[in-house]
Amino acid sequence: METPIEVSGLVKTFGRTRALDGLDLSVRAGEVHGFLGPNGSGKSTTIRVLLGLLRADAGAVRLLGGDPWRDAVALHRRLAYVPGDVTLWPNLSGGEVIDLLGRMRGGLDPKRRAELLESFELDPRKKGRAYSKGNRQKVGLVAALASDVELLILDEPTSGLDPLMEGVFQQWVGRAKADGRTVLLSSHILAEVEALCDRVTIIRNGRTVETGTLGELRHLHRTSIDAELTGPLDGLATLPGVHDLRVDGNRVRFDVDTVALDAALRRLTEIGVRSLVSQPPTLEELFLRHYETTDEVVA
Amino acid sequence: MSTLTGTRHLVRLILRRDRVLLPLWVLVLAVLPVSYAKSFFALFSTAAERAAYASGTARNPSIVALLGPVYGESVGALTAQRGGFLLVIVALASLLTVIRHTRTEEEAGRRELLGGTVLGRHAGLTAALLVTYAADLLLGLVTAVGLLGTGLPAAGSLAYGLGTALVGVVFATVGGLAAQLTETAGGARGIGIAVLGAAFGLRLVGDTARNDWPSWLSPLGWAPRLRAYEGERWWVLALPLAVTVLLAAAAYRISVRRDLGAGLLPPRLGPATAGPALSGPFGLAWRLHRGQLLWWSVGFGLLGLILGGAAEAAGKSVEGNPQLEQIMARLGGASGLAEAYLGATLSLAGLAAAGYGIQAALRMRAEETGGLAEPVLATGVHRTGWLLSHLLFALLGPVLVLAVTGFTTGLTYGLSVRNVPGELPRLVGAGLAQVPAAWVLAGFAVLLYGLLPRLASMAWAVLAVCVLLGQLGAVLELSQWLLDLSPFTHTPQVLRDQWPATPLWALSALALLLAAAGLTAFRRRDLPTT
Repeated sequence: METPIEVSGLVKTFGRTRALDGLDLSVRAGEVHGFLGPNGSGKSTTIRVLLGLLRADAGAVRLLGGDPWRDAVALHRRLAYVPGDVTLWPNLSGGEVIDLLGRMRGGLDPKRRAELLESFELDPRKKGRAYSKGNRQKVGLVAALASDVELLILDEPTSGLDPLMEGVFQQWVGRAKADGRTVLLSSHILAEVEALCDRVTIIRNGRTVETGTLGELRHLHRTSIDAELTGPLDGLATLPGVHDLRVDGNRVRFDVDTVALDAALRRLTEIGVRSLVSQPPTLEELFLRHYETTDEVVA
Repeated sequence: MSTLTGTRHLVRLILRRDRVLLPLWVLVLAVLPVSYAKSFFALFSTAAERAAYASGTARNPSIVALLGPVYGESVGALTAQRGGFLLVIVALASLLTVIRHTRTEEEAGRRELLGGTVLGRHAGLTAALLVTYAADLLLGLVTAVGLLGTGLPAAGSLAYGLGTALVGVVFATVGGLAAQLTETAGGARGIGIAVLGAAFGLRLVGDTARNDWPSWLSPLGWAPRLRAYEGERWWVLALPLAVTVLLAAAAYRISVRRDLGAGLLPPRLGPATAGPALSGPFGLAWRLHRGQLLWWSVGFGLLGLILGGAAEAAGKSVEGNPQLEQIMARLGGASGLAEAYLGATLSLAGLAAAGYGIQAALRMRAEETGGLAEPVLATGVHRTGWLLSHLLFALLGPVLVLAVTGFTTGLTYGLSVRNVPGELPRLVGAGLAQVPAAWVLAGFAVLLYGLLPRLASMAWAVLAVCVLLGQLGAVLELSQWLLDLSPFTHTPQVLRDQWPATPLWALSALALLLAAAGLTAFRRRDLPTT
């Protein structure tokens, strides 16, 4: 089976700004793939290249086995896209927009459309200008999820939705996956990513920094150690892979890279351990580490 | 005054956002009358020459219809009349500036962003009005000083400057009121432009009729009636001031009562499902363009009724003036004059139809920057099909608008000369003869949109240049190659001459070429380009 999305070494510049700088992204058929990165890291630019709206400057991009720029129209009939900020025509009703977008994609399932309207509690008769931000988002989601397509490209689709609707969204993505569709989900909501995504790709400054399952990513990161020692503390600070060492009498707390964990523990047991608590990195820490260190590359 | 809290900050915000546009229109519109005065001084050094110009050109009914009455034969009086059309532009600029900083802001939700800060209920409206009033007064003052500098009397220069400024002030307030009525900026602009059109129509009818009372109902009629340089009647200034106070009071009253974002008219519910027509780019374009198309057609149809009805009277108004009659006899007698008048009004309709074409083409840019093109182009819609769906309206819209204008003009003119079967088709034809030139400007807008999307709105500047060349070319004695830049220079005068098909085919071909080049560039570029 073909890989729905295969991007390697993608470069896109706007004037002097290098928005994408050798980005890699691989989404396998039938998976929900999380696409993460801080604001301005290039997620939406990548998606626009995938949609054939922007032309890549360099790199290889394959979408559903085709070239997203050259074969745009044929490929678009097989996918549905929800932008992060759905805007609607002020004089068209929500129902009209849903049908219009569905028909331009090649038709939508009327039964699923009705079900989606009900579960998202959306009134399709309101005019575009009358919807709130969250409801505009729902119009985009209903139009996409009611379409019979192989691939869903969702760019922060739940911004503005309340927690209840967030739950409804997760159910429907689950159903799409069960129907065998592939989903590329760009998101900032960690619970959403944790609940839905099989694999994730984290990008920063237009470049891929991590990709893999959540389990794999955790493995690549630091473990927090909190230990009470019996002997004098020495030689720990100089060990490679040890960070944020804090000493409080006999008590030490530090973070250690997973690869250096073995050496650090050996050193601790040499000194003598009275008690020890170790914690794997939380998803949040994992993201924050990537999100907050943007400066070092920009300079 | 808690309702005005924050006005000062908003004024600064508006000045910051309009730091290029505002000084530009103030300066251009202030300098033009000065250039008129200079050219009159240069062209007519003797009173006899001015008298000949006044009776031969300035009192010509078609000129009076377009520019307004002339009250004397001094350079000042001629300058004041010559600047008559500028009043419309000052009014339009003021109107659009106020709407841009009130309803447009509210519609886009930016007003809400600011509303969360410490901001009084009336701060937005007040700031927009204050800035525009100040711009208008500055414009009037610069004009007055400039005119004084050319050697014209001080009192007349001040009267002319103030008259112009107050036209701007009245229409700025019209904009402020219109912005309270509708939920959309487009709707507010429509109301404002309709009021301006009605004011122009009234002034035109009043100035060309024997009794000028309709002009006294029009803000555009008051400025000339100040009689700058010809025994100023200062009390006329009270009229725009009183109307401004009334309009502003109404705007503030509505502003107090309504919710943020809402208009006076409540929004209605739409259908829950799309009809069969709404299933592709053309169905969507029809929904997006049909309202504008309807209003333009209705507006120009009404204008045609008025202008056609006035044409015969305009032809007769020279009777009793032997010198004019002599000139007119060379043009083909009273009917020749009526035809010159009809030709002039239809060429104005041609410029306006070009405005429709540009507006329809630039809708694509609005869709793109508003995030509405992206979801459509991410479906099975081809870029070419999307562009063509809008181009269709940019090309067929002017045809419809001009056909309707020609039809209604021909109807009332035909009735007044008792020859509807003869005049109706002739004037529909004369209206349609303007189409190719309007297409060239629409095509140019498409080219800009495809090639240089950030500069797409420059298409309006090109239209403004065409208007200026058409209106001022003869007065400023511009060289022919400059006049030839405007496609409207090449539109044949089909009412007088034969139907020379060549220029019409050439203009149409040029328009299609421009649009095709725009399409080619659009297919290659990034979306959205912001």
